[in-house]
Amino acid sequence: MRPFKFTNTSNASSAINLLIKNPNAKFLAGGTNLLDLMKEDVERPDELIDLGRLDLTAVRPLVTGNNVVGISIGGLGKNTDAANHPLIRKDYPLLTKAILAGASAQIRNMATNGGNLLQRTRCSYFYDIAMPCNKRLPGTGCSAMQGINRMHAIFGWSDSCIAVYPSDMAVALSALNASVKVMQPSGTARIIAIHDFHRLPGNHPEKDNNLDHGELITAIEIPKNKFAANSAYIKVRDRNSYAFALVSVAAGLELAGGKIISASIAMGGVAHKPWRATHAENILRGKMATVENFQMAADAEMEDARPLAHNKFKIGMGKKTIVYALEQAFKGTGYKA
Amino acid sequence: MNENKTKLTEEEKKLFGDLMPEELDEIISSGLNRRHFMKLMGLASAGLLASHLIGAEQLFARSAEIGDIADLAPAAIENGINVSFKVNNTAKKVLIDSRATLLDTLRERLDLTGSKKGCDHGQCGACTVIVDGKRVLSCLTLAATCEGKSVITIEGLAKDNELNPMQAAFLKHDGFQCGFCTPGQICSAVALMKEAKEGQASFVTADVRQNQQSVILSDEEIAERMSGNICRCGAYPNIVAAIKEAQTGKNVEQTWLFAG
Amino acid sequence: MSTMEKNYKPEQPAVGQSISRLEGYEKVTGAARYAGEFNVSDLLYGYVINSTITKGKIISINTEKAEAIPGVVKVFHHKNRPSLAWFSMQYADMDAPPGSPFQPLADHKIKYNGQPIALLVAESFELARYAATLVEITYEQEDFKTDLIANITEARAPKGGLATFLKPPPPKPVGNFEKAYENSPFQASGKFVHGTEHHNPIELFTTTTVYKGKGKVTIYDKTQGTVNCQLYVANVFGLHFKDVRVISPYVGGAFGSGLRPQYQLFFSVLAALELKRNVRVTLDRHQMFTFGHRPPTVQFTRFGASADGKVNALNHEAIAETSRFEDYTEVVVNWSHMLYPAKNTLFKYNLVPLDVFSPLDMRAPGGSTGLHAIESTMDDLAYQMKIDPLEFRLINYAEQDESVGRPYSSKELRQCYLQGAEQFGWNKRNPEPRSMRRGNKLVGYGMATGIWEAMQLPARASATITTEGKLHVNSAVTDIGTGTLTVMSQIAADEMGLHMDDVTFTYGDSKMAFAPIQGGSFTVSSVGSAIKAACNALKKKILKKAKSIGNSPFKRVKIDEVIFADRKMISIDNPAVFISYSDIIAANGHKVIKSVNFAMPKVFKLKKYSRAAHSAAFVEVEVDEELGIINVTRAVTAVAAGKIINPKTARSQILGGMIWSISKALREESITDHRFGKYMNMNIAEYHIPVHADIHDLQVIFVEEKDDIVNELGTKGVGEIGLAAMPPAIANAIFHATGKRVNQFPIHFDTLM
Ligand SMILES: Cc1cc2nc3c(=O)[nH]c(=O)nc-3n(C[C@H](O)[C@H](O)[C@H](O)COP(=O)(O)OP(=O)(O)OC[C@H]3O[C@@H](n4cnc5c(N)ncnc54)[C@H](O)[C@@H]3O)c2cc1C
Ligand code: SF4
Ligand code: FES
Ligand code: FES
Repeated sequence: MRPFKFTNTSNASSAINLLIKNPNAKFLAGGTNLLDLMKEDVERPDELIDLGRLDLTAVRPLVTGNNVVGISIGGLGKNTDAANHPLIRKDYPLLTKAILAGASAQIRNMATNGGNLLQRTRCSYFYDIAMPCNKRLPGTGCSAMQGINRMHAIFGWSDSCIAVYPSDMAVALSALNASVKVMQPSGTARIIAIHDFHRLPGNHPEKDNNLDHGELITAIEIPKNKFAANSAYIKVRDRNSYAFALVSVAAGLELAGGKIISASIAMGGVAHKPWRATHAENILRGKMATVENFQMAADAEMEDARPLAHNKFKIGMGKKTIVYALEQAFKGTGYKA
Repeated sequence: MNENKTKLTEEEKKLFGDLMPEELDEIISSGLNRRHFMKLMGLASAGLLASHLIGAEQLFARSAEIGDIADLAPAAIENGINVSFKVNNTAKKVLIDSRATLLDTLRERLDLTGSKKGCDHGQCGACTVIVDGKRVLSCLTLAATCEGKSVITIEGLAKDNELNPMQAAFLKHDGFQCGFCTPGQICSAVALMKEAKEGQASFVTADVRQNQQSVILSDEEIAERMSGNICRCGAYPNIVAAIKEAQTGKNVEQTWLFAG
Repeated sequence: MSTMEKNYKPEQPAVGQSISRLEGYEKVTGAARYAGEFNVSDLLYGYVINSTITKGKIISINTEKAEAIPGVVKVFHHKNRPSLAWFSMQYADMDAPPGSPFQPLADHKIKYNGQPIALLVAESFELARYAATLVEITYEQEDFKTDLIANITEARAPKGGLATFLKPPPPKPVGNFEKAYENSPFQASGKFVHGTEHHNPIELFTTTTVYKGKGKVTIYDKTQGTVNCQLYVANVFGLHFKDVRVISPYVGGAFGSGLRPQYQLFFSVLAALELKRNVRVTLDRHQMFTFGHRPPTVQFTRFGASADGKVNALNHEAIAETSRFEDYTEVVVNWSHMLYPAKNTLFKYNLVPLDVFSPLDMRAPGGSTGLHAIESTMDDLAYQMKIDPLEFRLINYAEQDESVGRPYSSKELRQCYLQGAEQFGWNKRNPEPRSMRRGNKLVGYGMATGIWEAMQLPARASATITTEGKLHVNSAVTDIGTGTLTVMSQIAADEMGLHMDDVTFTYGDSKMAFAPIQGGSFTVSSVGSAIKAACNALKKKILKKAKSIGNSPFKRVKIDEVIFADRKMISIDNPAVFISYSDIIAANGHKVIKSVNFAMPKVFKLKKYSRAAHSAAFVEVEVDEELGIINVTRAVTAVAAGKIINPKTARSQILGGMIWSISKALREESITDHRFGKYMNMNIAEYHIPVHADIHDLQVIFVEEKDDIVNELGTKGVGEIGLAAMPPAIANAIFHATGKRVNQFPIHFDTLM
């Protein structure tokens, strides 16, 4: 780790002020991603502004007038606390499941909700500073393109980067139509829809998302949904726990009897951002919840996939995981395979 | 005994004379073929005998006594920070480099080497400690962020030489082999007991919508919740048995047979 | 110590009892100190810098920026290193394969990716790691080859002159394989591909060198052989080996990686001697992938069987990776003929030298590789012939080792098959592939045979009756988590008729009685035999002393007329005649009685027999065909390994082997990007070792096996046998579940879907 100044504050606006003063400064939340990357010499901030004492941890109902319209989870709340909050477990079990599918209990106890959104790719060439990588050092090339790319993207990649975004939580947030609430240096809030928060790599893979230097994630807001009882998060990985997703699917079905009013489906492990499966959703709207329809939707979704040398399996796996997630969602949250 | 004698060269005799003085005769009278014997000893490569051919002084002329070494100036601590926190219920105050992790601070500065470094990157769980009641990875925790916090390490679990029930259960169930992942496993398991009491859910919890108060963990639940602690020796079944016993207080049978 | 098992019954022999690890208390309280935990004062920290290219030369090393930082002490590299031993043979250690061992900092040449090329020494670890990033190195690159498959045609025979005692070359052909195979009504063949594996013990390799002045050092090292490291350091640095002391009290796992001195030892000692200070060098997890590994291997099998179900033709060929500087070999293809008596055989083992570091023994080296090919091919044959795979093994049961035409010193494999099958419920298997289901998952049963040679190496032990009349035993051997301390104490207690509480065993110090490297499951047999020898000599000394006492009732008593029990020497004829150890010590002027002894395998006697542990594994897998997820839901391993000294720790060893089996078959692999010649998953987030959630119901059976020949203890070792049979049993179960035979390890979804 390079030397850095450690700065402490318990106030959001002063944290932001400290950050904008120094273009090489970074916020430190749980540190589970940032410190890892600093030890690898991938991230090289010369100042860390510790957010650990900011009072931005609460989970509370979002209220408009007299109506509860959703829920807000604090940007600096811990992943464990979000997953286990009674309101979230009851009304947003998809989020609970997705969070609990990630990392380990220890890491979830440290990781914050905001930090989770901002975790960087696990592409092993990105992690290895001896290797060319456009994301780490723009213009050096993408080593993964012709290299080991079993874990990489099948959707939305560009010639400059084929990395995937690794968060599980964000996949559920995508299916839940969440928004990210940030505080700008001016002190005003900005609300960014989760779909607009992360980026596709395009020509600027060094930018993972649309957050600007000096913006602080204060909360994640999730609108009410009608599929709490019919949602599922399925994660396929190289071992049964403590591994990143090869493919994951968050699915929620709003049902009327056997009929699908609407479906919300997002995929992880397939793109540079949570991949909203809109083709599949469109096909399912108004259809009966049958395996055939699930399969049709999954096939349609995977049609645009562009696999790389080592990850063709993700197409079949993606299809099956979508179908599986929809089946599970249909059977209900309490169903156990 | 066979009439033949094991013929050793002078150097070999000298080496064995030093390594195993009393057996030199025994070796020679074993009558083994010399090459065979050397192979058996794993000394097939002549290199191992070389230290007798080259005097130490030839290559290294040294005269310094250990007492002569002056203390060097203390390490340049860049961005020094004073941290006050509690470790195993004792107040500690240390001046640290801002870069120091909690793990290195415990191990190198406070001489609490019970917490282990297996990866330094959050990938193994060997460094698990309990901070303010929660299990966390000390390798990804900056010591500077621990100001005012309370840290419990493996050294703080036994009270007055009385093992924590979890430690006792690990012992009883042989929940370890090399013991290197063990402090992390035990700290993790101790914190897990609290999580179970609070009714926390895991990825394998059947219905997370059902908010339970206190859960008795199944094998599957224990395994999932302990998956952040890797054991290369493969003590997993014994660890699960130990945790089960510690949680239920009931004797857990080990599944093994000693068939006649 | 409060660690004694409650159910330990002192009135019974300790050997055979399930006694908890004696060092358990230290391990569960964090008091156990490993090599990197000796916090001597005035300690410097070294961080190794590794090559980022795979082959070529170092053109320049610029250390200015790094050395300008306060707290940085020095950067060592090939240009400024002190003069070192220059004979390559002086770098050879006890486990060195034929060739010229790697010499760190020898010159500017780069031989493999990740080669250690410099050491930065600083006042703190954090500083050393950071400053190392400021050292600027330029290289000239050369072409290299790291891909075994792409270079398979370069395979050649291993160099001769190797220490073939432990690793015999393939047996000579018997009969006429080609003809017999051609005429076999049933034929099975396969190509088996195994990836690279790294040992990855959870403890990182680390050495703390305490500088004692005048070329003297005390070294706390993570190793499987204290004496091996002592000799290595003495040779390389030109020290007298008596001035080098290597201590290794606790070892956080090794699995073979500690059989050879690793480079942190070299660097730590180099810096300590040069700087005349105490220096610790710890590798990081990436660096744990920059030395020995299990080599990738390609195997080909062709087995033929006659209509009556007898295997009559065996052909097994293997091609493995080695480095350009050493010919590392494994015993891969020798096993099938030890297991199955065929009349026609053909075995080959070749190497492809590549630009990688030399491979290194890793738990069940060779055996776990070869048995996969053998036992999957056998399975294939059984399906073709529509014979139950277990039945097929029994039809082809070898009563003696046909590969050398010698009887086994003991072999209870048949009982392993029968008892394992019974416990597992093998008879519930529907022979048809894809016929068994549970919910939406396919279920498969598979079985396989395991074998591992029982070895004994020469070792030494010292035994002392202390002034309190207790027993102290020592040996330089290490305990890498195998339970050595406990098991040796049990052996010693019984030998001298003492309670476990009366025995102390110290180990892990090169100053103690010589012991070989710890590996290959030969520790109990080797060191245990030495302890037995030392105790026997001690008994003679006790008797001799007893005779010397005035009016001694033992005057005319011979050694075989006394027993040693209950802290006494007792006359067999007249149990009223005895003398306690404390009285003997008193008679000895309150001085200890000590004996240091040596045990060597009885080579002439042993030559007449084949000695091996056997096992049978039965596995149930559940395959989610939709998602390709495979789970080993249930497994039984039945083991015949001679006398089991401590069933509790032995069971743990077998369980560990079974988990390694799951890992080998389904999880772990170091993946190389051959464009860069580098492993791309040099961390344990991406190098997948099983986690808790991967492990389900595992059961161990020890089949009783009496063996008076193998060694005096009748032990065969349990460290590797747990990893012999189960990997192929998993592959066979997957075939049964899915009808697909995947001959590549690890088996991934990608291949199943
Ligand atoms: C071994 C391992 C396995 C893992 N497995 C998984 C997995 O399976 N699934 C998964 O989803 N994740 C996994 N993770 C990743 C883990 O979830 C993330 O590291 C974690 O969520 C990051 O949160 P943090 O609070 O620690 O972020 P930090 O590391 O503190 O910060 C990350 C980044 O976000 C910035 N930042 C943090 N908070 C804010 C804020 N409020 N406003 C603005 N910027 C901010 C920081 O400056 C930094 O750049 C794993 C991690 C490890 C080490
Ligand atoms: S995929 Fe992206 S992150 Fe990975 S090497 Fe290419 S540019 Fe870098
Ligand atoms: S050392 Fe912290 S997780 Fe491995
Ligand atoms: S006991 Fe060795 S790693 Fe777990």
